[in-house]
Amino acid sequence: MSLLQVRNLVVEFPSRHGVLRALDQVSFDIAPGEILGVVGESGAGKSLTGAAIIGLLEPPGRIAAGEVWLQGERIDNLSQQQLRPLRGRKIGAIFQDPLTSLNPLYTVGQQLVETIRTHLPMSNSSARARAIALLEETGIPAAAQRIDHYPHQFSGGMRQRVVIALALAAEPVLIVADEPTTALDVSIQAQIIGLLKRLCRDHGAAVMLITHDMGVIAETCDRVAVMYAGRVAEIGPVHRVINQPAHPYTRGLMAAIPDIDSERERLYQIDGAMPRLNAIPSGCAFHPRCPQAFERCGLERPELTAGGAGQAACWLALEGRM
Amino acid sequence: MTHTSTWAKLWHSDIGYSFRHSPVAVVAALLALVCVVAALFAPWVAPHNPFDLATLELADARLPPAWEQGGRRLYLLGTDDQGRDILSALMYGARISLIVGVASVLLSMLAGVSLGLLAGFVGGALDAVVMRLCDVMLSFPAILVALLIAGAGRAVFPHAPELLAFGVLVFSISLTGSGWVQYARTVRGSTLVERNKEYVQAARVTGVAPLRIMRRHVLPNVMGPVLVLATVQLATAIITEATLSFLGVGAPPTSPSLGTLIRIGGDYLFSGEWWITVFPGAMLVLIALSVNLLGDWLRDALNPRLRG
Amino acid sequence: MTQPLVQAIQIAKRFDVSPPWLNRVLERKPRLLLTAVDGVSFDIERGQTLALVGESGCGKSTVARLLVGLYGTSQGRVLFDGQDAQAGFQSAQAQALRRRIQMIFQDPYASLNPRWTVQDIVGEPLSEHRLVTERDALQQRVVQLLKSVGLGAQDLLRYPHQFSGGQRQRISIARALATEPEFLVCDEPTSALDVSVQAQVLNIMKDLQAARGLTYLFISHNMAVVRHMSDRVGVMYLGRLVELAPKKALFARPRHPYTRMLLDAIPKMRQTGQARVPVQGEVPNPLNPPTGCSFHPRCPHANARCAAERPAWQVDDEGAGVACHAVQEGRL
Repeated sequence: MSLLQVRNLVVEFPSRHGVLRALDQVSFDIAPGEILGVVGESGAGKSLTGAAIIGLLEPPGRIAAGEVWLQGERIDNLSQQQLRPLRGRKIGAIFQDPLTSLNPLYTVGQQLVETIRTHLPMSNSSARARAIALLEETGIPAAAQRIDHYPHQFSGGMRQRVVIALALAAEPVLIVADEPTTALDVSIQAQIIGLLKRLCRDHGAAVMLITHDMGVIAETCDRVAVMYAGRVAEIGPVHRVINQPAHPYTRGLMAAIPDIDSERERLYQIDGAMPRLNAIPSGCAFHPRCPQAFERCGLERPELTAGGAGQAACWLALEGRM
Repeated sequence: MTHTSTWAKLWHSDIGYSFRHSPVAVVAALLALVCVVAALFAPWVAPHNPFDLATLELADARLPPAWEQGGRRLYLLGTDDQGRDILSALMYGARISLIVGVASVLLSMLAGVSLGLLAGFVGGALDAVVMRLCDVMLSFPAILVALLIAGAGRAVFPHAPELLAFGVLVFSISLTGSGWVQYARTVRGSTLVERNKEYVQAARVTGVAPLRIMRRHVLPNVMGPVLVLATVQLATAIITEATLSFLGVGAPPTSPSLGTLIRIGGDYLFSGEWWITVFPGAMLVLIALSVNLLGDWLRDALNPRLRG
Repeated sequence: MTQPLVQAIQIAKRFDVSPPWLNRVLERKPRLLLTAVDGVSFDIERGQTLALVGESGCGKSTVARLLVGLYGTSQGRVLFDGQDAQAGFQSAQAQALRRRIQMIFQDPYASLNPRWTVQDIVGEPLSEHRLVTERDALQQRVVQLLKSVGLGAQDLLRYPHQFSGGQRQRISIARALATEPEFLVCDEPTSALDVSVQAQVLNIMKDLQAARGLTYLFISHNMAVVRHMSDRVGVMYLGRLVELAPKKALFARPRHPYTRMLLDAIPKMRQTGQARVPVQGEVPNPLNPPTGCSFHPRCPHANARCAAERPAWQVDDEGAGVACHAVQEGRL
C-alpha cells in the first residue's frame, strides 16, 4: 500500500486578477521507503506541492480540491490543530536555507530535544541522549560537545546536517525535502545528498525530494515526477525518465543541460518561457513551446493515468505516436 | 502608443487598487481633504475673518454654538473671549497648523534625506559624524529644541513676534531641528542596503559619478519609507505646534492657531463655555487622525511592493 | 605573438574586516584582514574565454571586481591592452577605459534598478559616455541592442519586475554591450536561472562572442557550464589559483587534487543511482587559512611539506599551470 497518495490536488490563489490555479490536478504516490524526486523549473509548483502536503500553504493560497492520504488517512482537510501532531511525528521537513531553518537563539540541543519530546514520550535525559546519537549519525564530529552550540557556530553544511537530524528526530515516515542542497557548495552537496539517502534508508523514511537539479535527482531518487506549469508532465523510474524521456518537455530539459562529459556547439533551447499563472494555455500547457504539438494538444488536456506508474501526460505518448 | 495620464496610471496601479479597497484609507483621505480644503480656502470659505481685529465685536464674545440657547446663527459654533467666530477661527487656525506642519516636514525631509544618503553612501567618517549628530539630537526633547530656537529667534528679532509670518518661519525651523533625524536614519539604513546591490555596481562599472548614482539610482529606491514617515511626522508636527501655542510660545494671540484657541478656551472650560476648547481640540484630533490613518495604509500598501 | 588583451600579474586583495575602532580598543581585539585574493596571475587572449571556477570563498568574484575597477588591488597589476588598468581607472582617460570593459552580474533581480524603465537602463551607458545624445537616436540604438539579445521595441517602457529572470539577464547583457566593449566580465551570469533559460542565455552569449569578437572572463561554480563556454579554465581555492589549463586538457587530465575532487563531485546524469565520491571536509574559514598549501587538510596526497610550504606555480610548455607539491614531485 502506498505511504502517500496525492489525488487530483488543486491549489488556488485568489488575486486581483482573478483566481489563479497554481497546482492543477496533481496526482502521484510514494511507496514506503521510496525516494521520489519532484523536479521542475521556477514556477512549476514543486515547492507548493510540498507545502500543500505538509499543510504549510501560505494564505490566501488554499487547497481547492483533491485529496492527500497518508498511511490510509486523509490529511488535507485537517485543521492546523489536528495537523500539528502529524508534522514532525509522521512528516519531517527540510528546507533550502539552513540559516533560517534553525532558531538562532536556541542551542542545537534545545531545538532537538524540544522536537523529540513534543512527539515522543521521553524524559529530558533520554531525549538528549537520542539527540546526541542523531547528531553522530549525521556526521557531526564531537556531537556530545557540539550539541550545546548555537546554530551560528556551525558552517552551512553542518547546519544542514543538524536540520536533517531535526527532521528525523521523531522517526517520521515521510520526509519532504525542498531544495536541501541548493544553497550549498557542490562538494558539500555530494556529502549531504549521500547522508540523506543513507539515513532515510536506515530509518525507513520515504523522501519527497524537491529540486530543480536533475543531477541530484539522477543520483538519489528511485522515481521522479517532472512538473510543468502546476501539472505533472511525466512520472516514472528515474533511469527511464532521464535516459528515455517520453514527454517533449522532459526531452527538451535534458537536452538543455550542459553535459560534463561531452561537448556541443550550442545547447538545445526550448523557445519561450513557462507560462504565467494567469495565462496558462488551453489543452496541454506545454503545447505552444512543443516542437511536436498537433491539433489535439491545444484543445484537450492530456492526463496521466491515476497512480502514476510510468507515464507522460502527452497525446503523443497516449496515442502511441512516439 | 497611448499616453495615459499619471492619475489614471496611479488609479489602476497596485497602490490604487489597495486604496480603493481600503475603507479606512478612503475615509481618512476624504476627511483630510475636507480639512485641507477648508484650511487652504479659509479666506474665501470662512464666514468671518477672525484675524482682522476691526471686525470683532466684543459684545459678541463668549456666545454659545447656534443650536444652544443664546447662540446666534451668525456664529455657528459660538465665539471666543474676543468675539472671534469659532468656526472661522478653526479654519484659519488649521491653516496655520497645516502650513507649519507641511513646511517643517518638507524641510526635515530635505535635510534628513540628504544627510542620510550621504552618510550611507559615502560611509566612513561622514557616516560616523552624522549618526552621532542624530544621537545627540534625539537626546533633546523635541519641545525643548523648539523652545530654544523660538527663544533665540525672539532674541534676535525682538519686534517680530507679532508677525504671523515670523511665527510660522520660526516654528518650521524649530520643528525641523528635531524632525530630520528620523529621515536621516531610515534613509541611511536603506542606502546601505541599496549601495551593495548590483545595479549600483553596474552604474559604477559604467563610470557614473557617485553623486549621480546617489541621486538617480539610490534615491528613488529609498523613498518608500520616507513617504510613510512624512505622514506620521505631519501629524506629530501639527500637534507639536499646537502644544507650543498652548504653552504660549507659538503663534501670536491676535492670529491664533488651534493650540492657542485650546489654551484660551481652557480658562473658560469650568465656567461652562466648553465650545472654545472642544471644537479646536476636535479639529486637531481630526487632522492628526486622518493623516495618521493615511500613513498606516500607505505603509501597508507599500510593503509587499517593496519586497516585489 | 600579439600580447594578450587582459593580463593579471600577481594580483592580491585584502579587506579590513576588523571590529570597529572602539571595540578594538576596549576589548583588545586585533585587526582582522581577510585575504580574498592571494597572488593570482593569468592572461586572456583577444576573442577567447577564460573561465574561473571554484567554490564559495575562493575569491573568483573578487577577481572579477578587481578587473573592472570596482575594487583597487592591494598588490599586483592589471594590464589591459598593454596599459596599466588600475592607473587608467583613476586617470582622466577613465571613461575611455570603462567603455571597453563591462560586466554582467549574477542576480537578475538586483542588477537592474527596479524604478527605471528598460529604455533608461540600457540607454544609461550611452548617455553617460555621450555616445548618442539625441533622444530619437538613443531610442533607436536601445532598440537595436534589445533586438540583439532577443527582446524588442515593445519592452522599452516596461519595468524590470515585468520580466522573468532570463529576460532580465538579457537586458543586463544588452546594457553591457551598449558601449561596444571588447572585454566582458561575467560573474555567474546563469547561476540563478533555470536550466532551459540558462541554455538560451548561454547560446546568446556565444553568438555575440562570435559576431563581435568579444573576450570573456566567465566566473562560475558549475563545471558543466564552464566546459561549454570556455577556452581555458582556471581553478581557484581560498584566493589562490591552483590550476590553469586549456579546457580539453583540464577535463581530460586534471592534475591538481582539488580539480579532481571538483570533477568527481559532479553528479553523473546518465549513470543513475551511482553516488558521487564525496569530498572530505569543508572550505576553511578564509580569515584563518591553513598554512602552506591551503588545500592540504582535505587532500589525500598531502605530506609534511604541503603543510609547511606554499607550492609554487609551475607552467609547462603548453601554458598550463599548476601549484601542487605532489605534482611537482611526481607523486601524482
